[in-house]
Amino acid sequence: MKRNIIYLLLALLLAVSPAFLNAYWVDVLNNVGMYALLALSLNLILGHAGLFHMGHAAFYAVGAYTTAILNTSFDIPVLWTMPLAGLIAGLFALMVARPIIHLRGDYLLIVTIGFVEIVRIALINNVFGITGGANGIFGIDRPYLFGFKIRKPHEFFYLIWGFMAVTVFLFHRLENSRFGRALNFLREDDVAAEGSGINTTYYKLIAFVIGAVWAGMVGTIYAAKMTIIAPESFNFWESVVMFMIVILGGAGSIRGVILGAFLVIGLPEIFRGMGTISDLINSLFSSFGVTLSLDFSNFSKARMLIFGAAMVIMMIFRNAGLLPPLPRKYPLKKIREEMRIREEVRIREEMKIGEEMP
Amino acid sequence: MSLLKLEKLVKDFGGLRAVDEVSFAVEAGDIFGLIGPNGAGKTTVFNLITGNYVPNKGKVIFDGQVLNGLAPNKIVTLGVARTFQTIRLFKALSALENVLAGCHCRMKSGSIAAMLKTPFQKREEKEAIQLALAELDFVGLGDDADTRSDSLSYGNQRLLEIARALATQPKLLILDEPAGGMNEQETDALIEIIARIKARGITVLLIEHDMSLVMQACEKLVVIEYGRKIAEGLPEEIKVNKKVIEAYLGTDDEEEGEACF
Ligand SMILES: Nc1ncnc2c1ncn2[C@@H]1O[C@H](COP(=O)(O)OP(=O)(O)O)[C@@H](O)[C@H]1O
Ligand SMILES: [Mg+2]
Repeated sequence: MKRNIIYLLLALLLAVSPAFLNAYWVDVLNNVGMYALLALSLNLILGHAGLFHMGHAAFYAVGAYTTAILNTSFDIPVLWTMPLAGLIAGLFALMVARPIIHLRGDYLLIVTIGFVEIVRIALINNVFGITGGANGIFGIDRPYLFGFKIRKPHEFFYLIWGFMAVTVFLFHRLENSRFGRALNFLREDDVAAEGSGINTTYYKLIAFVIGAVWAGMVGTIYAAKMTIIAPESFNFWESVVMFMIVILGGAGSIRGVILGAFLVIGLPEIFRGMGTISDLINSLFSSFGVTLSLDFSNFSKARMLIFGAAMVIMMIFRNAGLLPPLPRKYPLKKIREEMRIREEVRIREEMKIGEEMP
Repeated sequence: MSLLKLEKLVKDFGGLRAVDEVSFAVEAGDIFGLIGPNGAGKTTVFNLITGNYVPNKGKVIFDGQVLNGLAPNKIVTLGVARTFQTIRLFKALSALENVLAGCHCRMKSGSIAAMLKTPFQKREEKEAIQLALAELDFVGLGDDADTRSDSLSYGNQRLLEIARALATQPKLLILDEPAGGMNEQETDALIEIIARIKARGITVLLIEHDMSLVMQACEKLVVIEYGRKIAEGLPEEIKVNKKVIEAYLGTDDEEEGEACF
């Protein structure tokens, strides 16, 4: 309960934050949101089903390109293409995941890295003559929502974080269901899951498909946000970042993944912003005649080093991530009470029947 | 018609014939024991029944249907549930959730129903939890519903596996060394639970090393050695069977052999 109030306050703070931030920082929040969405979709596959999937950028690319092509060649409004972008990314995932779904751990990891490279190279080589080659596709329309044109970072903020709210709502339900449990069972022990009657192949595939559908829809937002997309936006590194967010934040935990996105995407920006702080300190000291040449903004250049080290430390001391998933809650008391009442009724009826019989 | 029938099952691992033309039939309602020395091929026979291995030759017929080649989850759905010789629980999850894994195959709601939280999905979820609690009660773990399964005692983990298997609503329950690692009281409780499983109309097929359990619980036995069936019959018959005694103790003193049972 207390936790829910904290989440609500944080959400409110986030919702009003654009009013106090300039376009640059709102755009940082937008990027955090985009990666959080992608990482949440990856979380179904990597976090819940425990499948080491390092190729999520491929599904993201398929979605973004679907939107770009449908919008620029067929003039379909951007947001209308969203379901289709999801659908096509999902179908693509079904196609490429089917043959490799039985692979385990590191083998799966290697093959899924291949997804990204194949998609990227196919896009560069202008497959079917519709992807625009290395230059990509430009001139994608801005999205309209209820007749309102979304253009500025402040406006995209509400599109992205609004989609986030929907996603969190739906994924939370998904986690706490027969479906979410099935993914966890096969992650914990897929022989035991299969032996308990769970079709593990099916659930692995569906995890891939739903994850891809979501990444594809995020691709739509990306295409609309950038208005120009190119193969280089969907390289292997993007997959690594998503992977890192999930593992660092907490595999299988929505709140963990969102925190992970803030840290991995937001922190380097804060380091960059620290340049002004170090300038301030420098000028302060120079007014006392001391020459300093601090530059905190260099931290942002070292961010890969910092994250690399952070990952290593995490894996040693806190390998479930910063905010690991909480155990699911079941209303056991209530259900027990209902079972007890039903049992009592049954016994009473039996006694009645017993009395009526001579 | 027998509930389960094995017809000349063969399983090779490379050059090793782990199961060699094993045939037997389990009648509905039986508590049936499969015994034999270590490495005889008992677990392999179970894995052939449950679809974890595909036989090289022979047939597994359950309830009139040939199981060869079906996926393990399909076989569970048809009514064959199992436990594992080395405990295979979902360690990080609660006892309740482990049993809910068993409920899974009798439920229908998918991902979309979960996202929409349809009335059917909600009702089904509640019924599954009730069923899972009832199975936990059945094996005596009702108070441990919220406990992480890997913090249960060894004996209770075995019972939890049985509850998970029962939650699939099987016709045939296959137990691989259910008393492994249990102390005497726990074994006695297990024998009583097996009797209550039978009373529910579920047929039980079990592998066991604990001979007192086998002799107390089983109504019929098959003995295998080196992958081959060497004897079949009532416990009293098996107890005095020369071949069986030899298999367990070498060709030594007969008296000593009996003492072992
Ligand atoms: N997956 C496997 N691969 C190779 N050999 C196996 C495998 N499973 C079992 N075996 C071998 O088959 C024989 C029978 O094993 P098992 O069925 O486990 O015996 P039991 O359960 O009767 O102790 C043993 O020699 C064992 O080493
Ligand atoms: Mg064995």
